[in-house]
Amino acid sequence: MTEEIILQVQDLKTYFHTDEGIVKAVDGVTFDLHKGETLGIVGESGSGKSVTNLSIINMIPNPPGKIAGGQVMYAGKDLVKLTINELRSIRGNKISMIFQDPMTSLNPYLRISTQMIETIVLHQKLDKKTAKAKAIDMLKLAGIPAPEKRIDQYPHQFSGGMRQRVMIAMGLSCNPEILIADEPTSALDVTIQAQILDLIKDLTARLGTAVILITHSLGVVAGMCDTICVMYAGRIVERGPTTEIFDKPKHPYTQGLIKSVPRLDKTSGDRLYSIRGQPPNVIDLPDCCPFYPRCDKAMDVCKRKYPLSKDVGNGHAVSCWLYTEAK
Amino acid sequence: MMKFIIRRLLSLIPTMFIIITLSFFLIHIAPGGPFSGEKKLPPHVLANILKKYHMDEPLGAQYLRYLNDVILHFDLGPSYRYEDQSVNGLISATMPRSIFLGFVSLLLSVALGGAAGIISALRQNKWQDYLSMSVAVIGISVPLFVIGPVIQLIFAMQLHWLPVTGWINSRAGWVTLIMPAVTLAFPYFAYIARLSRGSVLEVLRSDYIRTARAKGLKESVVIGKHVLKGAMLPVVSYLGPAFAGIITGSIVVETVFQIPGVGRIFVQSALNRDYTLIMGDIITYSAVLVFANFLVDVIYGFLDPRIAYK
Repeated sequence: MTEEIILQVQDLKTYFHTDEGIVKAVDGVTFDLHKGETLGIVGESGSGKSVTNLSIINMIPNPPGKIAGGQVMYAGKDLVKLTINELRSIRGNKISMIFQDPMTSLNPYLRISTQMIETIVLHQKLDKKTAKAKAIDMLKLAGIPAPEKRIDQYPHQFSGGMRQRVMIAMGLSCNPEILIADEPTSALDVTIQAQILDLIKDLTARLGTAVILITHSLGVVAGMCDTICVMYAGRIVERGPTTEIFDKPKHPYTQGLIKSVPRLDKTSGDRLYSIRGQPPNVIDLPDCCPFYPRCDKAMDVCKRKYPLSKDVGNGHAVSCWLYTEAK
Repeated sequence: MMKFIIRRLLSLIPTMFIIITLSFFLIHIAPGGPFSGEKKLPPHVLANILKKYHMDEPLGAQYLRYLNDVILHFDLGPSYRYEDQSVNGLISATMPRSIFLGFVSLLLSVALGGAAGIISALRQNKWQDYLSMSVAVIGISVPLFVIGPVIQLIFAMQLHWLPVTGWINSRAGWVTLIMPAVTLAFPYFAYIARLSRGSVLEVLRSDYIRTARAKGLKESVVIGKHVLKGAMLPVVSYLGPAFAGIITGSIVVETVFQIPGVGRIFVQSALNRDYTLIMGDIITYSAVLVFANFLVDVIYGFLDPRIAYK
């Protein structure tokens, strides 16, 4: 990880216009990604993690979704404002994505070779034969045994973990600067999860790729990430280096999350901690702190206004009235 | 794959045997017969006729005789109502016209229906979608005996662009094919359009299409390479029965456009209780149907790699 910022997301807002009202799935998200950094975005289902990352490469289905504001600065360009053709030359090339469910993310009707080669030929302008050799190399790196043989098979001939390896190989085949991994291990069983995470960590470190890792598992980010963003109801409520977040969590939500992790060293009689209440409905959310109904430390001001992000030192920032002077 | 094809072909034999047996007895169970007209025949004349066609024998013996003729000699017997004509002769004289017309119609409906369905799906809830789906609803709900005469009225009677009726061997030639083919294709077009729209929409929402877009592929490549193969499968499976239905003739189209095809003979045979001709129709239709379904199974194997033939 260096100090060079390669991706700057500023005040990103993605709204979905539905019959029930405007769903503010992402409402003012700001973060920087450094070269070679692994950034974790954690949050519960519906907190806007996936939408944030689909917004980065502008893949929000429109309608109903629309990027309502903000900037995504990459290589001096605002990705939000790029034409579809300019975006295509970045997707899969400079910024690639892997998805949650490897069972359905590969086209079942096309050979692995077809699916990998088309990406390489498209972005690297190689001929098919060289592209295939490159694809075989990538599969080998991703730990697929006998890649020369396996590459001509179809996705259904691979197990779930193997398919995710293929997705990773495909995602990294054009040497992207950024890999966005959207819950890459949630659909896999635990032993395979560990292998896939190790693979992502190992390969991206070797290739110098920055990673945005989306997950709802604190265990995953703890082992993988340099920096963590905690998302709640479409906003980043706390962000900072991994050690800071785990050692000195500031936001009551982060504190609750960390307390909720099952621990081996606790006695078995204790009940597992859980944050009370339900995540808020993000339709027509007022400008309050969305966490206040579930927060033990809620104050009057929390219901009236959303707190600005406050820097508490060591690159650690939090959006909570407990740390901000009420105006 | 080869083993599968051979085994599947062999399984057509018992299927056909069961169809022949069942329909033979069902037809004879139904009241009435080829010679029971409104005017009663004198008993000795009837006895003579029955004797000529071996219909005075027990049903079981008739069945065995019929099986023997059909299986060993491919002889479907004489027609009971068209004097001096064999069922083989009747069908082989009329069937080629129906096959030709049906084939043209099917090509038309697949090409236009597929295109309309794909465009509707890609322009979902836009005017292209509403337009082609409205046309499809007309195609499904308006019967052929309305569509046929209406286009005759417009294109033949009013505009004088096309001859009202006739077949390609008439003086007008190939243009006579246009209206019957369009009429016959209409309901199939409509069904294929709706079917392909639905399946393209389903595939468009799938995860692997999101992956294809995230790879930076052009939309034309995403549609042409990633969407269509999967979306074609439901259409292909519909084509089996559609093929059998369309090439065995349509009485409505053949009557409206005065085409001497096999569809009219089929319907007439049922009205006449012309036992051998009915059996000939059933055997022809089911042979085409089971064979078309067999072809669909084989094509499926090429389209969907997940289907393993053992």
